[in-house]
Amino acid sequence: MGLLSKKDAALIKDPLADNNPITIQVLGICSALAITAELEASIVMSISVLFVLGVGNVVISLMRNIIPSKIRIIVQLIVVATLVIIVDLVLKAFAYELSKTLSVFVGLIITNCIIMGRFEAFALGNGPWKSFLDGIGNALGYAVILIIVGFFRELLGSGTLLGIPVLGDPIEKTGLYSIGYENNGFMLLSPMALIVVGIIIWVQRSRNKALVED
Amino acid sequence: MEHLELFFKSIFIDNMVFATFLGMCSYLAVSKKVTTAVGLGAAVIFVLAITVPLNWLLDQYVLQPGALSWLGAEYADYDLSFLSFIMFIATIATMVQLVEIVVEKFSPSLYNSLGIFLPLIAVNCAILGGSLFMQSREIATLGLATTYGIGSGIGWFLAILAIAAIREKIRYSNVPPALRGLGITFIITGLMAIGFMSFGGMLTGGDEEATETTSGETTVEVQVVATEENTDLANNTKIEE
Repeated sequence: MGLLSKKDAALIKDPLADNNPITIQVLGICSALAITAELEASIVMSISVLFVLGVGNVVISLMRNIIPSKIRIIVQLIVVATLVIIVDLVLKAFAYELSKTLSVFVGLIITNCIIMGRFEAFALGNGPWKSFLDGIGNALGYAVILIIVGFFRELLGSGTLLGIPVLGDPIEKTGLYSIGYENNGFMLLSPMALIVVGIIIWVQRSRNKALVED
Repeated sequence: MEHLELFFKSIFIDNMVFATFLGMCSYLAVSKKVTTAVGLGAAVIFVLAITVPLNWLLDQYVLQPGALSWLGAEYADYDLSFLSFIMFIATIATMVQLVEIVVEKFSPSLYNSLGIFLPLIAVNCAILGGSLFMQSREIATLGLATTYGIGSGIGWFLAILAIAAIREKIRYSNVPPALRGLGITFIITGLMAIGFMSFGGMLTGGDEEATETTSGETTVEVQVVATEENTDLANNTKIEE
């Protein structure tokens, strides 16, 4: 990262692990859990949030001196809602099937707490360039968790990755299935997303004792 | 009967927290004590019961394809459904603000118990999610929309009450240090969600049959609406091409 100063680089790097929006700040859980049964949906969701959070942070940061603080929540909601409508229309035009899978969860990016949280905590008090980096960093931190959860749920649940079978064919009993391996259909059900995230939190906090709660 | 069915379905089977993970942020953040959890839960029921029917009206008479036909024949072709996100969230934010002002004016005691949670609710995904699901599931009448709003609210209330009670007790258990707090809450919620899945067969044994057994008229209506939407979408793509 030759382009960025150390401080700027930290804005991107911190949310990836030690200040991760999902596992540490506890923001944006709803969408993270509901759409992670497939890796592809997780990736598309991450990209959508990346776009909304990056652009939204810049817009709010540019307007931070002219927004009256009493109505700032409504202003923020309007900015996010506009960006989300753009994302929704683009998805409907270029990836119709996927937008059906994501259904209302694209719309729910509006109330994704990561977005409001970063607006409130960062963009309202910092310049556009820093806000942009902060937005990208937090969206990437969100993406990392989504992709890990999506990866394990799709791999263990249906034996595929991005829809491509990687463990052999369950019907013709090739690959792993020839030695008696079975898909764990339970991984595809929504409660498993919670438990997978719980395990991620466990692993992360075991590695970094400073994060442990009392 | 239809109302009762939708009511129990939205509490237990399609529970906001356990089936669709809506409102998880405040669910995790405000569930440390039972008393605060009850306050937030009550506020959610209240706001959902107001915003879902309101957004239903908005959807029926402004946003849906052809919804503007009551203005005159020349408006019948308009399709404003792309505006639904912005309209819904604006309604919710305004209503929350309005409810806050009214409650503060007329019932200071209620305001003291609910008040601090109301601003939090504008950005609770359970509220927007309620309206969006109401739209995508094509709920047929205003009465059903109200039932759906109240039912989902109660479902959310039950969920946050249960987790708050468990979290108060779990403080005395010997949880592995790295799992304390957030981690164990996630895993408990997962286990509770598995428990709630057993309600899946409560009504008529499975989702597929449940839709079939609703009265003939509504099923037909829904199908008609669905096909209309499909042709509309097909037309749209043709025009764009």
